[in-house]
Amino acid sequence: MSIPPNGPPTDPPTGPSLSARGLAKTFVLHTQGGVRLPVFSGLDLEVHPGSCLALNGPSGAGKSTLLRALYANYRPDAGQVLIRHDGALLDLTAAPPRRVLEVRRRTLGYVSQFLRVIPRVPALDIVAEPFARAGGTLAEGRDRAATLLRRLNVPERLWHVAPATFSGGEQQRVNIARSFIVDYPVLLLDEPTASLDAANRAVVVELIHQARARGAALVGIFHDREVRDAVADTTFELTAQRTAA
Amino acid sequence: MTTPASLPATGQATAEPPRAPLPADLPEDGLLAVRDLTVRYGRRLGCAEVTFDLWPGEVLGIVGESGSGKTTLLNALTGRVAIDGGRRLYAVPADDGGGWVDLDTLSEPKRRLLMRRDWGIVHQHPRDGLRLAVSAGANIGEPLMALGARHYGDIRSQALGWLDKVEIAPERIDDLPRTFSGGMQQRLQIARNLVTGPRLVFMDEPTGGLDVSVQARLLDLVRGLVDEMGLAAVIVTHDLAVARLLAHRLMVMKEGRVVESGLTDQVLDDPHHPYTQLLVSSVLQV
Ligand SMILES: Nc1ncnc2c1ncn2[C@@H]1O[C@H](COP(=O)(O)OP(=O)(O)O)[C@@H](O)[C@H]1O
Ligand SMILES: Nc1ncnc2c1ncn2[C@@H]1O[C@H](COP(=O)(O)OP(=O)(O)O)[C@@H](O)[C@H]1O
Ligand SMILES: [Mg+2]
Ligand SMILES: [Mg+2]
Repeated sequence: MSIPPNGPPTDPPTGPSLSARGLAKTFVLHTQGGVRLPVFSGLDLEVHPGSCLALNGPSGAGKSTLLRALYANYRPDAGQVLIRHDGALLDLTAAPPRRVLEVRRRTLGYVSQFLRVIPRVPALDIVAEPFARAGGTLAEGRDRAATLLRRLNVPERLWHVAPATFSGGEQQRVNIARSFIVDYPVLLLDEPTASLDAANRAVVVELIHQARARGAALVGIFHDREVRDAVADTTFELTAQRTAA
Repeated sequence: MTTPASLPATGQATAEPPRAPLPADLPEDGLLAVRDLTVRYGRRLGCAEVTFDLWPGEVLGIVGESGSGKTTLLNALTGRVAIDGGRRLYAVPADDGGGWVDLDTLSEPKRRLLMRRDWGIVHQHPRDGLRLAVSAGANIGEPLMALGARHYGDIRSQALGWLDKVEIAPERIDDLPRTFSGGMQQRLQIARNLVTGPRLVFMDEPTGGLDVSVQARLLDLVRGLVDEMGLAAVIVTHDLAVARLLAHRLMVMKEGRVVESGLTDQVLDDPHHPYTQLLVSSVLQV
Protein backbone atom coordinates (compact mmCIF):
# COMPACT_ATOMS: atom_id res chain seq x y z
CA MET A 1 0.00 0.00 0.00
CA SER A 2 1.62 3.27 -1.03
CA ILE A 3 0.37 6.54 0.27
CA PRO A 4 2.37 9.70 -0.35
CA PRO A 5 3.83 11.30 2.79
CA ASN A 6 1.63 14.34 2.45
CA GLY A 7 -1.45 12.22 2.75
CA PRO A 8 -4.03 10.42 0.70
CA PRO A 9 -6.50 12.32 -1.44
CA THR A 10 -9.59 12.93 0.64
CA ASP A 11 -13.21 13.57 -0.14
CA PRO A 12 -14.32 17.16 -0.26
CA PRO A 13 -14.10 18.56 3.27
CA THR A 14 -17.11 17.85 5.46
CA GLY A 15 -15.84 19.89 8.41
CA PRO A 16 -13.37 18.78 11.05
CA SER A 17 -13.80 15.48 12.89
CA LEU A 18 -12.29 17.02 15.99
CA SER A 19 -11.57 20.59 16.96
CA ALA A 20 -10.47 22.56 19.99
CA ARG A 21 -11.71 26.12 20.55
CA GLY A 22 -10.12 28.47 23.05
CA LEU A 23 -8.75 25.59 25.08
CA ALA A 24 -6.89 26.49 28.28
CA LYS A 25 -5.21 24.34 30.89
CA THR A 26 -3.39 25.32 34.07
CA PHE A 27 -2.49 22.76 36.72
CA VAL A 28 -2.83 23.93 40.30
CA LEU A 29 -0.75 21.80 42.63
CA HIS A 30 -2.46 22.10 45.99
CA THR A 31 -0.13 19.63 47.68
CA GLN A 32 2.80 21.83 46.69
CA GLY A 33 1.72 25.16 48.08
CA GLY A 34 -0.77 25.88 45.32
CA VAL A 35 1.84 26.26 42.56
CA ARG A 36 0.21 27.10 39.23
CA LEU A 37 1.52 25.53 36.04
CA PRO A 38 -0.03 27.19 33.00
CA VAL A 39 0.32 24.82 30.06
CA PHE A 40 -1.68 26.49 27.28
CA SER A 41 -4.49 28.95 26.76
CA GLY A 42 -6.63 30.18 23.89
CA LEU A 43 -5.64 27.12 21.91
CA ASP A 44 -7.45 26.40 18.62
CA LEU A 45 -6.88 23.45 16.36
CA GLU A 46 -8.81 21.17 14.05
CA VAL A 47 -8.28 17.92 12.27
CA HIS A 48 -10.23 16.69 9.26
CA PRO A 49 -11.14 13.21 8.07
CA GLY A 50 -8.17 11.49 6.44
CA SER A 51 -5.69 13.88 7.98
CA CYS A 52 -3.01 13.45 10.63
CA LEU A 53 -1.94 16.38 12.78
CA ALA A 54 1.42 16.15 14.57
CA LEU A 55 1.88 18.03 17.84
CA ASN A 56 5.39 19.49 17.99
CA GLY A 57 7.30 21.13 20.78
CA PRO A 58 10.01 20.57 23.35
CA SER A 59 9.59 18.21 26.23
CA GLY A 60 7.25 19.73 28.81
CA ALA A 61 5.57 22.00 26.25
CA GLY A 62 2.22 20.34 26.93
CA LYS A 63 1.80 17.94 24.03
CA SER A 64 0.59 15.06 26.18
CA THR A 65 -1.58 17.41 28.22
CA LEU A 66 -3.27 18.64 25.05
CA LEU A 67 -3.81 15.11 23.77
CA ARG A 68 -5.34 14.09 27.10
CA ALA A 69 -7.57 17.16 27.05
CA LEU A 70 -8.77 16.14 23.59
CA TYR A 71 -9.59 12.71 25.04
CA ALA A 72 -11.48 14.36 27.93
CA ASN A 73 -9.03 12.73 30.32
CA TYR A 74 -7.68 16.08 31.55
CA ARG A 75 -10.34 18.70 32.22
CA PRO A 76 -9.53 22.04 30.58
CA ASP A 77 -10.25 25.28 32.45
CA ALA A 78 -11.82 26.93 29.42
CA GLY A 79 -12.74 26.18 25.84
CA GLN A 80 -14.42 23.39 23.96
CA VAL A 81 -13.43 20.08 22.41
CA LEU A 82 -15.87 19.41 19.61
CA ILE A 83 -16.07 15.93 18.15
CA ARG A 84 -18.23 14.57 15.37
CA HIS A 85 -20.05 11.63 16.95
CA ASP A 86 -22.85 9.81 15.12
CA GLY A 87 -22.99 12.68 12.65
CA ALA A 88 -23.50 15.44 15.21
CA LEU A 89 -21.03 17.72 16.98
CA LEU A 90 -20.59 17.13 20.69
CA ASP A 91 -18.58 19.22 23.17
CA LEU A 92 -16.61 16.72 25.24
CA THR A 93 -15.82 19.28 27.92
CA ALA A 94 -19.52 19.66 28.70
CA ALA A 95 -20.78 16.12 28.03
CA PRO A 96 -21.87 13.96 30.98
CA PRO A 97 -19.54 11.04 31.84
CA ARG A 98 -21.60 8.35 30.18
CA ARG A 99 -21.69 10.32 26.91
CA VAL A 100 -17.92 10.70 27.01
CA LEU A 101 -17.56 6.95 27.55
CA GLU A 102 -19.90 6.28 24.65
CA VAL A 103 -17.81 8.56 22.41
CA ARG A 104 -14.67 6.75 23.54
CA ARG A 105 -16.24 3.37 22.84
CA ARG A 106 -17.12 4.06 19.24
CA THR A 107 -15.65 7.32 17.97
CA LEU A 108 -12.53 8.37 19.83
CA GLY A 109 -9.50 6.15 20.38
CA TYR A 110 -6.33 6.93 22.32
CA VAL A 111 -2.97 5.20 22.29
CA SER A 112 -1.45 6.06 25.65
CA GLN A 113 2.29 6.15 26.17
CA PHE A 114 2.15 3.11 28.41
CA LEU A 115 -0.14 0.10 28.61
CA ARG A 116 -2.25 -0.12 31.73
CA VAL A 117 -2.04 -3.79 32.63
CA ILE A 118 -5.15 -5.48 33.98
CA PRO A 119 -4.38 -8.38 36.33
CA ARG A 120 -5.17 -11.82 34.94
CA VAL A 121 -6.45 -10.62 31.56
CA PRO A 122 -4.40 -12.16 28.70
CA ALA A 123 -2.97 -9.98 25.92
CA LEU A 124 -5.40 -11.31 23.31
CA ASP A 125 -8.41 -10.27 25.40
CA ILE A 126 -6.93 -6.91 26.33
CA VAL A 127 -6.69 -6.21 22.61
CA ALA A 128 -10.11 -7.70 21.79
CA GLU A 129 -11.98 -5.91 24.57
CA PRO A 130 -12.43 -2.48 22.91
CA PHE A 131 -13.85 -4.22 19.85
CA ALA A 132 -16.48 -5.98 21.97
CA ARG A 133 -17.21 -2.74 23.86
CA ALA A 134 -17.76 -0.96 20.54
CA GLY A 135 -20.51 -3.44 19.77
CA GLY A 136 -18.64 -6.30 18.09
CA THR A 137 -18.56 -9.91 19.22
CA LEU A 138 -15.73 -11.16 21.42
CA ALA A 139 -15.06 -13.95 18.90
CA GLU A 140 -14.52 -11.53 16.03
CA GLY A 141 -12.58 -9.29 18.39
CA ARG A 142 -10.18 -12.15 19.15
CA ASP A 143 -9.76 -12.87 15.44
CA ARG A 144 -8.92 -9.27 14.75
CA ALA A 145 -6.69 -9.14 17.83
CA ALA A 146 -4.72 -12.14 16.56
CA THR A 147 -4.27 -10.50 13.16
CA LEU A 148 -3.02 -7.27 14.71
CA LEU A 149 -0.72 -8.95 17.23
CA ARG A 150 0.77 -11.07 14.45
CA ARG A 151 1.28 -7.99 12.32
CA LEU A 152 2.99 -6.24 15.20
CA ASN A 153 5.26 -9.26 15.71
CA VAL A 154 4.02 -10.11 19.20
CA PRO A 155 5.02 -13.79 19.55
CA GLU A 156 2.03 -16.10 19.67
CA ARG A 157 3.22 -17.73 22.90
CA LEU A 158 2.52 -14.40 24.66
CA TRP A 159 -1.07 -13.98 23.49
CA HIS A 160 -2.55 -15.98 26.33
CA VAL A 161 -0.40 -14.39 29.01
CA ALA A 162 -1.28 -11.23 30.97
CA PRO A 163 1.13 -8.54 29.75
CA ALA A 164 2.40 -7.60 33.24
CA THR A 165 5.67 -9.40 32.56
CA PHE A 166 6.12 -8.20 28.95
CA SER A 167 8.97 -5.94 27.87
CA GLY A 168 8.22 -2.25 27.32
CA GLY A 169 8.18 -2.72 23.56
CA GLU A 170 5.86 -5.73 23.77
CA GLN A 171 3.47 -3.88 26.06
CA GLN A 172 3.45 -0.91 23.71
CA ARG A 173 2.60 -3.14 20.75
CA VAL A 174 -0.30 -4.65 22.71
CA ASN A 175 -1.39 -1.10 23.45
CA ILE A 176 -1.24 -0.13 19.79
CA ALA A 177 -3.15 -3.24 18.71
CA ARG A 178 -5.81 -2.43 21.31
CA SER A 179 -6.38 0.99 19.81
CA PHE A 180 -6.32 -0.03 16.16
CA ILE A 181 -8.77 -2.90 16.62
CA VAL A 182 -11.71 -0.50 16.36
CA ASP A 183 -11.93 1.67 13.27
CA TYR A 184 -12.29 4.85 15.30
CA PRO A 185 -13.18 7.95 13.28
CA VAL A 186 -10.76 9.90 15.50
CA LEU A 187 -7.55 8.51 16.96
CA LEU A 188 -5.06 10.15 19.33
CA LEU A 189 -1.53 8.77 19.61
CA ASP A 190 1.05 9.66 22.28
CA GLU A 191 4.50 8.61 21.06
CA PRO A 192 3.27 5.28 19.72
CA THR A 193 6.66 4.26 18.34
CA ALA A 194 8.85 5.39 21.25
CA SER A 195 10.00 1.95 22.36
CA LEU A 196 9.77 0.10 19.04
CA ASP A 197 12.44 -1.19 16.68
CA ALA A 198 12.57 -0.13 13.02
CA ALA A 199 10.49 -3.05 11.77
CA ASN A 200 7.66 -2.41 14.20
CA ARG A 201 7.86 1.35 13.64
CA ALA A 202 7.21 0.62 9.98
CA VAL A 203 4.13 -1.45 10.92
CA VAL A 204 2.75 1.43 12.96
CA VAL A 205 3.38 3.86 10.09
CA GLU A 206 1.46 1.49 7.84
CA LEU A 207 -1.43 1.23 10.35
CA ILE A 208 -1.64 5.02 10.49
CA HIS A 209 -1.66 5.26 6.68
CA GLN A 210 -4.48 2.75 6.54
CA ALA A 211 -6.44 4.64 9.16
CA ARG A 212 -6.08 7.85 7.16
CA ALA A 213 -7.05 6.06 3.98
CA ARG A 214 -10.35 4.93 5.53
CA GLY A 215 -11.01 8.54 6.56
CA ALA A 216 -9.91 8.63 10.19
CA ALA A 217 -8.68 11.91 11.66
CA LEU A 218 -5.53 11.52 13.76
CA VAL A 219 -3.65 13.66 16.23
CA GLY A 220 -0.29 12.39 17.35
CA ILE A 221 2.94 13.08 19.17
CA PHE A 222 5.81 11.54 17.25
CA HIS A 223 9.19 11.65 18.90
CA ASP A 224 10.81 10.24 15.78
CA ARG A 225 11.13 12.80 12.98
CA GLU A 226 11.15 10.16 10.27
CA VAL A 227 7.90 8.67 11.54
CA ARG A 228 6.33 12.11 11.85
CA ASP A 229 7.23 13.03 8.27
CA ALA A 230 5.88 9.72 7.06
CA VAL A 231 2.47 9.91 8.77
CA ALA A 232 1.51 13.56 9.38
CA ASP A 233 0.23 16.06 6.83
CA THR A 234 -0.03 19.01 9.21
CA THR A 235 1.73 20.11 12.37
CA PHE A 236 0.81 22.13 15.42
CA GLU A 237 3.52 23.88 17.45
CA LEU A 238 3.37 24.13 21.22
CA THR A 239 5.79 26.34 23.11
CA ALA A 240 6.53 25.94 26.79
CA GLN A 241 4.80 28.56 28.94
CA ARG A 242 6.50 30.10 31.95
CA THR A 243 5.10 29.44 35.37
CA ALA A 244 3.16 32.50 36.46
CA ALA A 245 5.30 34.58 38.81
CA MET B 1 -50.40 18.02 47.94
CA THR B 2 -51.11 16.32 44.61
CA THR B 3 -49.96 12.92 43.52
CA PRO B 4 -47.83 13.02 40.36
CA ALA B 5 -49.55 11.24 37.50
CA SER B 6 -46.43 9.22 36.65
CA LEU B 7 -46.41 7.47 40.00
CA PRO B 8 -47.54 3.88 39.55
CA ALA B 9 -50.11 2.38 41.84
CA THR B 10 -48.42 0.85 44.83
CA GLY B 11 -51.22 -0.99 46.54
CA GLN B 12 -53.44 0.62 49.12
CA ALA B 13 -52.88 4.35 48.98
CA THR B 14 -54.29 4.78 52.47
CA ALA B 15 -51.48 2.71 53.97
CA GLU B 16 -48.81 5.08 52.69
CA PRO B 17 -47.28 8.24 54.06
CA PRO B 18 -48.07 11.44 52.13
CA ARG B 19 -46.05 11.92 48.98
CA ALA B 20 -44.06 14.99 48.06
CA PRO B 21 -43.96 15.75 44.34
CA LEU B 22 -41.07 14.09 42.54
CA PRO B 23 -38.05 16.31 41.90
CA ALA B 24 -38.29 18.03 38.51
CA ASP B 25 -34.78 17.06 37.36
CA LEU B 26 -35.06 13.25 37.25
CA PRO B 27 -33.37 11.88 34.12
CA GLU B 28 -35.79 10.08 31.84
CA ASP B 29 -33.49 7.08 31.27
CA GLY B 30 -31.96 6.98 34.76
CA LEU B 31 -32.09 4.19 37.33
CA LEU B 32 -31.39 5.74 40.72
CA ALA B 33 -31.53 9.38 41.77
CA VAL B 34 -30.32 10.70 45.09
CA ARG B 35 -30.98 14.22 46.29
CA ASP B 36 -29.33 15.93 49.28
CA LEU B 37 -29.03 12.71 51.25
CA THR B 38 -28.00 13.36 54.83
CA VAL B 39 -27.36 11.01 57.76
CA ARG B 40 -26.42 12.10 61.28
CA TYR B 41 -25.25 9.97 64.17
CA GLY B 42 -26.31 12.23 67.00
CA ARG B 43 -24.23 15.34 66.49
CA ARG B 44 -21.73 13.59 64.29
CA LEU B 45 -22.24 13.80 60.53
CA GLY B 46 -22.37 10.50 58.64
CA CYS B 47 -22.90 11.97 55.18
CA ALA B 48 -24.30 15.29 54.05
CA GLU B 49 -26.25 16.56 51.06
CA VAL B 50 -25.14 13.86 48.66
CA THR B 51 -26.73 14.22 45.23
CA PHE B 52 -26.21 12.06 42.15
CA ASP B 53 -27.93 10.18 39.34
CA LEU B 54 -27.07 6.67 38.23
CA TRP B 55 -27.90 5.18 34.83
CA PRO B 56 -28.38 1.53 33.84
CA GLY B 57 -25.05 -0.17 33.24
CA GLU B 58 -23.10 2.54 35.03
CA VAL B 59 -20.61 1.75 37.79
CA LEU B 60 -20.18 4.52 40.32
CA GLY B 61 -17.20 4.35 42.65
CA ILE B 62 -17.24 6.08 46.03
CA VAL B 63 -13.75 6.77 47.31
CA GLY B 64 -12.29 8.54 50.31
CA GLU B 65 -10.36 7.87 53.46
CA SER B 66 -11.63 5.75 56.31
CA GLY B 67 -14.34 7.67 58.18
CA SER B 68 -15.27 9.86 55.20
CA GLY B 69 -18.83 8.52 55.12
CA LYS B 70 -18.69 5.97 52.32
CA THR B 71 -20.33 3.12 54.21
CA THR B 72 -22.89 5.46 55.71
CA LEU B 73 -23.88 6.65 52.25
CA LEU B 74 -24.14 3.10 50.94
CA ASN B 75 -26.21 1.99 53.91
CA ALA B 76 -28.46 5.00 53.51
CA LEU B 77 -28.99 4.11 49.85
CA THR B 78 -29.95 0.54 50.71
CA GLY B 79 -32.13 1.53 53.65
CA ARG B 80 -29.94 -0.03 56.32
CA VAL B 81 -29.43 3.34 57.97
CA ALA B 82 -32.23 5.83 58.55
CA ILE B 83 -31.84 9.09 56.67
CA ASP B 84 -32.22 12.49 58.27
CA GLY B 85 -32.83 14.36 55.06
CA GLY B 86 -32.90 14.11 51.30
CA ARG B 87 -34.53 11.70 48.91
CA ARG B 88 -33.90 8.35 47.26
CA LEU B 89 -35.70 7.76 43.98
CA TYR B 90 -35.75 4.63 41.90
CA ALA B 91 -36.88 4.07 38.34
CA VAL B 92 -39.15 1.01 38.32
CA PRO B 93 -38.58 -1.36 35.37
CA ALA B 94 -40.86 -0.82 32.38
CA ASP B 95 -42.48 -4.26 32.75
CA ASP B 96 -43.52 -3.23 36.24
CA GLY B 97 -45.17 0.02 35.21
CA GLY B 98 -42.05 2.13 34.79
CA GLY B 99 -41.62 5.64 36.16
CA TRP B 100 -39.87 7.01 39.22
CA VAL B 101 -40.86 6.15 42.76
CA ASP B 102 -39.75 7.74 45.99
CA LEU B 103 -38.33 4.86 48.04
CA ASP B 104 -39.14 6.59 51.29
CA THR B 105 -42.84 7.00 50.59
CA LEU B 106 -43.38 3.67 48.88
CA SER B 107 -45.34 1.09 50.82
CA GLU B 108 -43.12 -1.22 52.81
CA PRO B 109 -44.10 -4.44 50.96
CA LYS B 110 -43.57 -2.80 47.57
CA ARG B 111 -40.18 -1.43 48.61
CA ARG B 112 -39.10 -4.81 49.97
CA LEU B 113 -40.15 -6.52 46.77
CA LEU B 114 -38.30 -4.03 44.56
CA MET B 115 -35.15 -4.32 46.62
CA ARG B 116 -35.21 -8.09 46.82
CA ARG B 117 -35.88 -8.47 43.13
CA ASP B 118 -33.89 -5.61 41.60
CA TRP B 119 -31.02 -4.94 44.02
CA GLY B 120 -28.05 -6.86 45.33
CA ILE B 121 -25.92 -5.93 48.33
CA VAL B 122 -22.40 -7.29 48.67
CA HIS B 123 -21.01 -6.65 52.13
CA GLN B 124 -17.40 -6.11 53.00
CA HIS B 125 -17.41 -9.12 55.32
CA PRO B 126 -18.86 -12.22 53.67
CA ARG B 127 -20.30 -13.32 57.02
CA ASP B 128 -22.66 -10.30 56.88
CA GLY B 129 -23.99 -11.31 53.49
CA LEU B 130 -23.94 -15.10 53.68
CA ARG B 131 -25.80 -17.59 55.82
CA LEU B 132 -22.96 -19.53 57.33
CA ALA B 133 -25.14 -22.31 58.70
CA VAL B 134 -26.44 -23.48 55.31
CA SER B 135 -24.61 -24.94 52.30
CA ALA B 136 -23.06 -22.98 49.47
CA GLY B 137 -25.81 -24.23 47.18
CA ALA B 138 -28.53 -23.07 49.57
CA ASN B 139 -26.86 -19.67 49.83
CA ILE B 140 -27.28 -19.26 46.09
CA GLY B 141 -30.71 -20.92 45.96
CA GLU B 142 -32.36 -18.93 48.76
CA PRO B 143 -32.70 -15.61 46.90
CA LEU B 144 -34.31 -17.49 44.00
CA MET B 145 -36.78 -19.13 46.37
CA ALA B 146 -37.52 -15.78 47.97
CA LEU B 147 -38.64 -14.64 44.53
CA GLY B 148 -40.87 -17.67 44.09
CA ALA B 149 -38.67 -20.38 42.55
CA ARG B 150 -39.87 -23.81 43.72
CA HIS B 151 -38.40 -26.39 41.36
CA TYR B 152 -35.55 -28.05 43.24
CA GLY B 153 -33.73 -29.26 40.12
CA ASP B 154 -33.80 -25.81 38.50
CA ILE B 155 -32.56 -24.13 41.63
CA ARG B 156 -29.74 -26.62 42.04
CA SER B 157 -28.64 -26.30 38.42
CA GLN B 158 -28.65 -22.51 38.68
CA ALA B 159 -26.58 -22.79 41.84
CA LEU B 160 -24.10 -25.02 40.01
CA GLY B 161 -23.97 -22.58 37.12
CA TRP B 162 -23.17 -19.74 39.48
CA LEU B 163 -20.55 -21.69 41.40
CA ASP B 164 -18.86 -22.17 38.05
CA LYS B 165 -19.12 -18.47 37.20
CA VAL B 166 -17.48 -17.48 40.45
CA GLU B 167 -14.85 -20.20 40.07
CA ILE B 168 -15.88 -22.48 42.93
CA ALA B 169 -15.61 -26.21 42.25
CA PRO B 170 -19.04 -27.86 41.82
CA GLU B 171 -18.26 -30.55 44.41
CA ARG B 172 -18.26 -27.81 47.07
CA ILE B 173 -22.01 -27.20 46.54
CA ASP B 174 -23.06 -28.99 49.72
CA ASP B 175 -20.25 -27.62 51.90
CA LEU B 176 -20.82 -24.92 54.48
CA PRO B 177 -19.32 -21.52 53.64
CA ARG B 178 -17.37 -21.54 56.88
CA THR B 179 -15.14 -24.21 55.35
CA PHE B 180 -14.28 -21.77 52.51
CA SER B 181 -11.36 -19.37 52.31
CA GLY B 182 -12.08 -15.64 52.56
CA GLY B 183 -11.78 -15.20 48.81
CA MET B 184 -14.16 -18.11 48.13
CA GLN B 185 -16.67 -16.76 50.64
CA GLN B 186 -16.60 -13.40 48.92
CA ARG B 187 -17.12 -15.05 45.52
CA LEU B 188 -20.01 -17.03 46.97
CA GLN B 189 -21.54 -13.83 48.32
CA ILE B 190 -21.30 -12.34 44.84
CA ALA B 191 -23.05 -15.39 43.35
CA ARG B 192 -25.80 -15.14 45.98
CA ASN B 193 -26.36 -11.53 44.99
CA LEU B 194 -26.24 -11.90 41.24
CA VAL B 195 -28.21 -15.14 40.79
CA THR B 196 -31.51 -13.25 40.69
CA GLY B 197 -30.30 -10.99 37.88
CA PRO B 198 -30.51 -7.67 39.72
CA ARG B 199 -30.41 -4.31 37.97
CA LEU B 200 -28.37 -2.59 40.62
CA VAL B 201 -25.70 -3.87 42.97
CA PHE B 202 -24.15 -2.17 45.98
CA MET B 203 -20.72 -3.27 47.15
CA ASP B 204 -18.84 -2.09 50.22
CA GLU B 205 -15.10 -2.67 49.96
CA PRO B 206 -15.60 -5.98 48.12
CA THR B 207 -11.89 -6.78 48.25
CA GLY B 208 -11.29 -5.15 51.62
CA GLY B 209 -10.71 -8.19 53.79
CA LEU B 210 -8.78 -10.18 51.23
CA ASP B 211 -5.09 -10.85 50.72
CA VAL B 212 -3.63 -8.90 47.83
CA SER B 213 -2.99 -12.17 45.99
CA VAL B 214 -6.70 -13.07 45.86
CA GLN B 215 -7.92 -9.53 45.22
CA ALA B 216 -6.97 -9.57 41.55
CA ARG B 217 -9.04 -12.69 40.91
CA LEU B 218 -12.09 -11.23 42.59
CA LEU B 219 -11.73 -7.90 40.80
CA ASP B 220 -11.39 -9.59 37.45
CA LEU B 221 -14.50 -11.63 38.22
CA VAL B 222 -16.57 -8.63 39.32
CA ARG B 223 -15.40 -6.62 36.34
CA GLY B 224 -16.38 -9.42 33.94
CA LEU B 225 -19.80 -10.03 35.51
CA VAL B 226 -20.74 -6.35 35.70
CA ASP B 227 -19.78 -5.97 32.06
CA GLU B 228 -21.51 -9.13 30.90
CA MET B 229 -24.76 -8.50 32.82
CA GLY B 230 -24.79 -4.77 32.09
CA LEU B 231 -25.24 -4.15 35.80
CA ALA B 232 -25.37 -0.77 37.42
CA ALA B 233 -23.34 -0.68 40.59
CA VAL B 234 -22.32 1.55 43.44
CA ILE B 235 -18.96 0.40 44.76
CA VAL B 236 -17.39 1.79 47.89
CA THR B 237 -13.64 1.47 48.15
CA HIS B 238 -10.73 3.26 49.75
CA ASP B 239 -8.44 1.60 47.19
CA LEU B 240 -7.96 3.84 44.15
CA ALA B 241 -6.62 0.96 42.06
CA VAL B 242 -9.88 -0.93 42.63
CA ALA B 243 -11.81 2.20 41.69
CA ARG B 244 -9.72 2.60 38.53
CA LEU B 245 -10.43 -0.95 37.48
CA LEU B 246 -14.14 -1.15 38.23
CA ALA B 247 -15.76 2.28 38.20
CA HIS B 248 -16.84 4.40 35.25
CA ARG B 249 -17.34 7.40 37.44
CA LEU B 250 -16.13 8.47 40.87
CA MET B 251 -17.35 10.54 43.77
CA VAL B 252 -14.67 11.56 46.27
CA MET B 253 -15.90 11.94 49.85
CA LYS B 254 -14.36 13.88 52.68
CA GLU B 255 -15.95 14.37 56.08
CA GLY B 256 -19.30 13.14 54.80
CA ARG B 257 -19.45 15.38 51.75
CA VAL B 258 -18.73 14.81 48.07
CA VAL B 259 -15.81 17.10 47.25
CA GLU B 260 -15.18 16.05 43.65
CA SER B 261 -16.77 13.84 41.03
CA GLY B 262 -16.27 12.93 37.39
CA LEU B 263 -15.12 10.23 35.04
CA THR B 264 -12.81 7.86 36.90
CA ASP B 265 -9.76 8.64 34.79
CA GLN B 266 -10.41 12.39 35.03
CA VAL B 267 -10.59 12.34 38.81
CA LEU B 268 -7.51 10.13 39.19
CA ASP B 269 -5.32 11.66 36.45
CA ASP B 270 -6.33 15.30 36.80
CA PRO B 271 -7.66 15.74 40.33
CA HIS B 272 -8.76 19.30 41.10
CA HIS B 273 -9.73 19.30 44.75
CA PRO B 274 -6.84 19.56 47.23
CA TYR B 275 -8.12 16.49 49.09
CA THR B 276 -8.29 14.40 45.89
CA GLN B 277 -4.79 15.53 44.93
CA LEU B 278 -3.59 14.43 48.35
CA LEU B 279 -5.33 11.04 48.03
CA VAL B 280 -3.92 10.42 44.56
CA SER B 281 -0.40 11.57 45.44
CA SER B 282 -0.38 9.37 48.55
CA VAL B 283 -0.41 6.13 46.61
CA LEU B 284 2.40 4.78 44.49
CA GLN B 285 0.65 4.43 41.17
CA VAL B 286 -2.93 4.01 40.11
N1 LIG C 1 -1.56 15.42 35.79
C1 LIG C 1 -0.70 16.45 35.89
N2 LIG C 1 -0.68 17.16 37.03
C2 LIG C 1 0.16 18.19 37.16
N3 LIG C 1 1.00 18.63 36.19
C3 LIG C 1 1.00 17.96 35.04
C4 LIG C 1 0.16 16.84 34.82
N4 LIG C 1 0.37 16.38 33.57
C5 LIG C 1 1.31 17.19 33.02
N5 LIG C 1 1.68 18.14 33.89
C6 LIG C 1 2.65 19.23 33.65
O1 LIG C 1 2.29 19.90 32.46
C7 LIG C 1 3.44 20.29 31.73
C8 LIG C 1 3.37 19.73 30.33
O2 LIG C 1 3.60 18.34 30.39
P1 LIG C 1 3.32 17.35 29.19
O3 LIG C 1 2.00 17.66 28.62
O4 LIG C 1 3.57 15.98 29.65
O5 LIG C 1 4.44 17.82 28.14
P2 LIG C 1 5.02 17.09 26.86
O6 LIG C 1 4.14 15.93 26.52
O7 LIG C 1 5.02 18.14 25.82
O8 LIG C 1 6.40 16.66 27.22
C9 LIG C 1 4.63 19.81 32.51
O9 LIG C 1 5.09 20.87 33.31
C10 LIG C 1 4.05 18.71 33.38
O10 LIG C 1 4.76 18.56 34.57
N1 LIG D 1 -23.20 3.54 63.86
C1 LIG D 1 -22.51 4.68 64.03
N2 LIG D 1 -22.68 5.45 65.12
C2 LIG D 1 -22.00 6.60 65.29
N3 LIG D 1 -21.13 7.09 64.38
C3 LIG D 1 -20.92 6.38 63.26
C4 LIG D 1 -21.60 5.14 63.03
N4 LIG D 1 -21.18 4.65 61.83
C5 LIG D 1 -20.29 5.55 61.35
N5 LIG D 1 -20.14 6.58 62.20
C6 LIG D 1 -19.30 7.76 61.97
O1 LIG D 1 -19.69 8.38 60.75
C7 LIG D 1 -18.57 8.79 59.99
C8 LIG D 1 -18.52 8.08 58.65
O2 LIG D 1 -18.27 6.70 58.88
P1 LIG D 1 -18.34 5.60 57.72
O3 LIG D 1 -19.55 5.86 56.91
O4 LIG D 1 -18.21 4.27 58.34
O5 LIG D 1 -17.04 5.96 56.87
P2 LIG D 1 -16.19 5.10 55.83
O6 LIG D 1 -17.03 3.97 55.36
O7 LIG D 1 -15.83 6.07 54.77
O8 LIG D 1 -14.98 4.63 56.56
C9 LIG D 1 -17.37 8.51 60.87
O9 LIG D 1 -17.08 9.67 61.59
C10 LIG D 1 -17.84 7.42 61.79
O10 LIG D 1 -17.15 7.44 63.01
MG1 LIG E 1 4.51 13.82 26.50
MG1 LIG F 1 -16.56 1.86 55.36
